[in-house]
Amino acid sequence: MANAKEIKTVLFGPVFANNPIALQVLGICSALAVTTKMDKALVMCIALTLVTAFSNFFISLIRNHIPSSVRIIVQMTIIASLVIVVDQLLKAFAYDVAKELSVFVGLIITNCIVMGRAEAYAMKSAPGISFLDGIGNGLGYSVVLMTVAFIRELGGSGTVFGIEILPLVKDGGWYQPMGLLLMPPSAFIIIAGFIWILRTFRTEQVEKA
Amino acid sequence: MSSNNDSISKTLIVVISLCLVCAIIVSTAAVQLRPQQNANKLLDSQKNVLAVTGLLTGGNISELYSKHIEERFVDMDSGEFVEKPANYDYRKFMKSPDESVRLSGEEDLASIKTRAKVAPVYLAYENGVASGELSAIVLPVHGYGLWSTMHAFLALGADGTTIKGLNYYEQGETAGLGGEVQNPKWVAQFEGKKLLDASGEPAIKVVKPGNASPDSAFEVDGLSGATLTSNGVQYTFDFWAGAKGFAPFLAKVRDGALNNG
Repeated sequence: MANAKEIKTVLFGPVFANNPIALQVLGICSALAVTTKMDKALVMCIALTLVTAFSNFFISLIRNHIPSSVRIIVQMTIIASLVIVVDQLLKAFAYDVAKELSVFVGLIITNCIVMGRAEAYAMKSAPGISFLDGIGNGLGYSVVLMTVAFIRELGGSGTVFGIEILPLVKDGGWYQPMGLLLMPPSAFIIIAGFIWILRTFRTEQVEKA
Repeated sequence: MSSNNDSISKTLIVVISLCLVCAIIVSTAAVQLRPQQNANKLLDSQKNVLAVTGLLTGGNISELYSKHIEERFVDMDSGEFVEKPANYDYRKFMKSPDESVRLSGEEDLASIKTRAKVAPVYLAYENGVASGELSAIVLPVHGYGLWSTMHAFLALGADGTTIKGLNYYEQGETAGLGGEVQNPKWVAQFEGKKLLDASGEPAIKVVKPGNASPDSAFEVDGLSGATLTSNGVQYTFDFWAGAKGFAPFLAKVRDGALNNG
């Protein structure tokens, strides 16, 4: 199998160097919807990371037998089955969060990161390294999501993981929450800021005008 | 090996076996996890009933529930209490052709098409069921909003008309607009209002946002930017407080049906 250096690139490359959201701008739909609370975002990150890793693994496992004429359908079937299993697990073991995430867990099926990695990586790589690639991309997604969720929850509700950090004016504290941060557009602004900062330090990511 | 991957027989074999494997995995997961999921649903519904009566104080939900809440079943046409029907599941019964009545277009104010013949009501006792001091009557109500059927619990005082709480616990309206039916600040408006007027007719009016008179016992502000959801709430109240809804039961309550029970 692959050597240690390759594993490291595959696993941690997507975090900053090749971030699926920041560089490839994939999968930002869910980044808008589930980032108002950090606990929601965390569950979403774990769900997406698991789905990407396992879909990569299974698709890579049968990659030599997938007829190219129906390969997208085959990938979708595997991804959809995994997402349903994850959804069922969440409903059984994390009911409150599952209720809040509701439709967005199901929408992992159409998350471009999962499809993108299946098509771009798992179809041509061995199962083990594909699995790590899935974890790596899940981590990249998670870093952005958790950053956005941290800013939105702290600024919008004065809490982090539901624990009060900034006492709100309505509860007798001093912090007037920024309502904008709880609205979906604020996630766009924060992701844009994230990309800006990232590209300031990694100038090779800047697209040529 | 990959050269004959695209032959029709290979394609069919791969696709069919993949479908079989995936179907087995998905159905196993669904069946295996169902008991746990149902337990969660039950706990969630108990939590919602407790929340609307203000008795959700923390601690074990099942314990609080069995201490404070008594579940009864009401025949919707007569308003009388009945025994719990066999295999009772309100959500299933409200759609089942044998256990529900089909509503005509005129009757169907809340756009729900059918209504169960027997509905559950939850009697809340602040000092415990054993004390016998009824503090609230919780009615399950539902109606169509803009996109979805909105389910709520409505808590009434022991007089059967003063609203003590409203809790929309399941809806799929537009987040941030119609979805605000869940907002505790919005539903708090209903507290202290009267569901019925002096003659026992449905009287709650959801008016244009900002137009509710603070002195009125019946008016509440609608949701701004969500006229159709607000209308849905209005129709839900009109239906469930009306003759096809809980009116026969509430009439019995006003006549003192719960005092000797």
